[in-house]
Amino acid sequence: MKIVVAIKQVPARDSQLRIAPSGKWIEEADLSYEINEPDAYALEAGLQLKEAHGGEVVALCAGPPRVASTIREALAKGADRAIHVEVEDPGALDPLATARLLVAALRNEAPDLILTGLQSDDLGYGQTGVILAELLGLPHTSIVMHVEVLEGRIRVKRELEDGWFQLLEMPLPALLAIQSGIGKLRYASLMGIKKARTKEVRRVTAGDLGVAPLEASVTVERLYFPPHTRHAQIFEGSPREAATQLVEKLRSEARVI
Amino acid sequence: MSILAAMEQRGGVWNRASFETLAAARQFARDLGTTAAAAVLGQSIGPLAEDLASRHIEKVYAVEHALLKDYTPDAYTIALRQLIELAQPSIVLFPHTYRVRDFLPKLAASLGKVAVSDAISHRVDDGRLVLTRQLFYGKVNVDSRFAGDAPHFASLQAGAYRAEPLDPEGAQRPASAVEQFTPRISPGDIRTRPIKLFRESPQVVDLGAASLIVSVGRGIQEAGNLPLIEKLVKALGAELGASRPICDAGWLPNERQVGSSGQTVAPKMYMAIGISGAIQHLVGMKASRTVVAINKDPDAPIFEVADYAIVGDLFQVVPALVEALQKSE
Repeated sequence: MKIVVAIKQVPARDSQLRIAPSGKWIEEADLSYEINEPDAYALEAGLQLKEAHGGEVVALCAGPPRVASTIREALAKGADRAIHVEVEDPGALDPLATARLLVAALRNEAPDLILTGLQSDDLGYGQTGVILAELLGLPHTSIVMHVEVLEGRIRVKRELEDGWFQLLEMPLPALLAIQSGIGKLRYASLMGIKKARTKEVRRVTAGDLGVAPLEASVTVERLYFPPHTRHAQIFEGSPREAATQLVEKLRSEARVI
Repeated sequence: MSILAAMEQRGGVWNRASFETLAAARQFARDLGTTAAAAVLGQSIGPLAEDLASRHIEKVYAVEHALLKDYTPDAYTIALRQLIELAQPSIVLFPHTYRVRDFLPKLAASLGKVAVSDAISHRVDDGRLVLTRQLFYGKVNVDSRFAGDAPHFASLQAGAYRAEPLDPEGAQRPASAVEQFTPRISPGDIRTRPIKLFRESPQVVDLGAASLIVSVGRGIQEAGNLPLIEKLVKALGAELGASRPICDAGWLPNERQVGSSGQTVAPKMYMAIGISGAIQHLVGMKASRTVVAINKDPDAPIFEVADYAIVGDLFQVVPALVEALQKSE
C-alpha cells in the first residue's frame, strides 16, 4: 500500500507571537518550529498502516527551507522518502492554494491512501485535506479515529459530536483527515535518525510544477491580538504567596471550597 | 445578493447550532441590506421545513432526496451546488459542525473558493463584509474579506451568534414561502457508504456530577508528572479532568476529557492547570461558576474566561496550593 502523508511545519506551541509589520502574517524570525501536532498523528497512522500491510510511506510537505527539519523528523520516524514543495511565503497561502501545489506534486505518484491531520495549529482552516481530495477526485472522510484496510476498500470510524461515532466504508484510493489521538506517537530511534540522512527528498517549486496562482477568494485584511475581555483577579508574588491568596479567595469570596 | 443559511439536521432533529446560523443570516442580511433565506436538506423533511417557515425568514428551501437521508459528502456537495445554482445566494452560511467541516471545503473548492471556516464575528466596512476568525488556537485574530464573484462561504463558530427565541407573534404571521427542490443525485455519485452511527460504552466517570473539577493540560509535560495534580485533586476533594491532548496521548482515559469532543461540565469550581484554553476546551467548561486558571503563558486564552488566575509555573504553584490547602484546614 502506497501511503502519502501531508505534513506541515508550524511555530512551536509556546511561541511568543508577534504580528509582522505588514499586518498580514506573523513575524517569522526568532521563532522555533515543529511538526503540526495533528499531522504527527496522521504520520503515526500512516506508519502503523504500513507496518500492518506493507508498502511505502511518502511524507509530503509544503513550506520554506526551514521545513527540512520536519521532513527529516518524518523520515527518522519511518517515512521512506519525502517530497518538499518549496514555498517562500507560507502565510500567503490559503488552503486551496496549498492543495493545488500538493496535487501537482503528487502527479505520477498514484497513492492508495492520502492522510492529513485535521487542521493546522497556525492557520487553523481545517480544510486542506478535504480540498486535496476534491481536487484529486478522491472520496474522503475527516475526523478519523480508526482505519481498517479491507479488499480494495477501507472501513473507517469517524468521530461526531456528543460522543457519537460513525462507521463507513469507501473504495481506495481515498483521503482521510486523521483525528489527533488515533495512535500513540512514536519517537525517532537513533537508527532511524541515522537512516533518515540517506533517504530521498525530492524538492520542487511551484514553477517546476507549473502551478500558477489563482485569484484568492478570501483576502487577509489584518492580523491582531484579540482584545482582552478579562475580568480575572490575578494573584502575584511567589508561588507560595499566590497560592495562599487563591485558597483564601476560594474559601471566603467564591465560597466553593 | 442574498444570504442563505444552510441548516443541519439528523433524523428529523435539528442541530441546535443551526439556529445560531439562522440568526447570523438575518444579521448579515440586515447589515448588508439584503434578504435571508434558509435551506434544509434530507429525506422526509416536510415538518422541518414548516418549522423553519415559522421562524421569520424570507424564504425556505426544502431540499429533499432519498440519497440525502444519511449524510455523505458527495450527496451533500451535489445537492448544495444545485441549490446554489437555483437560489443564487451571494453568501452561504453554515454552523461549524463536524459535518460541515467534512463537506464545506469540498463544496467551496469545487467552485474554486475557500470558505472562511469557524468565523467568530462579522462587520460591514464600506458596504463590504469583514469576517473575523482565529489563528494559533485563539491567540491571534484575523480579519478577512471575500474577493471575486459570488457565491462565498463561511462557517460560524458555535456560540458566536445567539439563536433567537421563537417569536410568539410568529404564529399569527403568515409563514414564509417554502420552495421544494429535488436535486439530481444518482447512487453512483456517492462513493462513501455509511454503515452505522453508534455511541461507545457509557462513561464510568461522570464529570457532569462533580462540584469541583481540576483539569490538567499539556503544561504537565509528561504522564509521570500527573501525581502532582492528583495530590491537589485529593486535597480539594475534586474530580480529575483533562484537555484533549492529555487523553490523545493516552495519559488519562478519554472519559476524563472536557471539551467539545469530551464532556461538557459546569461545576461550582473549575481549575484549569497548564491548559491554554483552545475554543474546543472552553466550550466544555465556560459555564462553570468559578473558573481558576494556572498557566505560565500570560497570553493563554484560558485567562479570558478565568475568575481567579495565577500566571506561573505549575510545577511550583501546584505544590504551593496543596500546602496552602492543608495549612488552612
